[in-house]
Amino acid sequence: MSGFWAMGGYAAYVWSAYALFLLVLLADTLLPRWRQRRLLAQTRAQLLREQARRQRGASSPLSDPDHASHP
Amino acid sequence: MAKWIPHWMHRLSSPPTFYRVAGALRPWALGAALLLGAVAFYGGLVLAPPDYQQHDAYRILFIHVPSAWMSLFVYAAMGVAGLIALVWRVKLAEVACMASAPIGAAFTVITLCTGSLWGKPMWGTWWTWDARLTSELVLLFLYLGVIGLYRAIEDPRQGARAAALLALVGLINLPIVHFSVVWWNTLHQGATVRVLGPSTMPLSMLWPLLTAVLASKCYYVASLLGRMRTDVLALERGKAWVRAIALAAPASPRHAPRATERAA
Repeated sequence: MSGFWAMGGYAAYVWSAYALFLLVLLADTLLPRWRQRRLLAQTRAQLLREQARRQRGASSPLSDPDHASHP
Repeated sequence: MAKWIPHWMHRLSSPPTFYRVAGALRPWALGAALLLGAVAFYGGLVLAPPDYQQHDAYRILFIHVPSAWMSLFVYAAMGVAGLIALVWRVKLAEVACMASAPIGAAFTVITLCTGSLWGKPMWGTWWTWDARLTSELVLLFLYLGVIGLYRAIEDPRQGARAAALLALVGLINLPIVHFSVVWWNTLHQGATVRVLGPSTMPLSMLWPLLTAVLASKCYYVASLLGRMRTDVLALERGKAWVRAIALAAPASPRHAPRATERAA
């Protein structure tokens, strides 16, 4: 088994090549997933803000709903 | 041709349908890639005998060669998608073209780095400016150029078409990479696996290599579908179907509305 990990003296080259391969593809899998989650969370937050703004606008028609959340 | 094919393609080119179908296919492609990859690595690292000249260092081949083939294959796929995007203005073709670029760039980076790690013990150098290595580096710059141009233009659809044109121009580099070991006298070794004529590689090394090639193809499909899904959502974020998905998605605490907005 130790012979397997030693790779005939080329362990540093062989294992770092395989580790790099797996790391790059892991990043390629995870980064777009995180981007999608972020995108959906932002869209959701925006929708909820718009909903809240509409409700405020309905209860007090004199207030300016577009600037209410940015004092 | 059967009547249902155009109808089926038309249905699939609608973004919500594509989002759903791609979401259903993606786990299968990723699962196949992981399974085939595990089998290929076991065959390549454990079962295959050491090379009589390069000993165990040659085992880098089982990732280097599939990645190098994929760096060319993904570029060709990007070119085909780019051509369809430019000629027929198909939105999904633009998305496929732009989603392919980062995957191809990832495979090109792997190819260059693992080649370096193989070159050091075998050639005595990490890098040399020979035809194969230089043209592969140019391939990486082409991928980065496509990504950069796409990101530089504010309108994503205009950006995708401009970047698709750049991708098409860059296709000229593919035969240069492929034939560089034939046309020039390079340090890089010639092909040992041939489509025409017998391969000069024993079967015990050939089958793990071909399995790894198949795994990398499946991985590309999985990654492409995942990236295209995200890009389709981003392009259509104002539409009702994306809103419905966003409202159903769990709110992540990091991106919850800020305290001031909650208080207002």
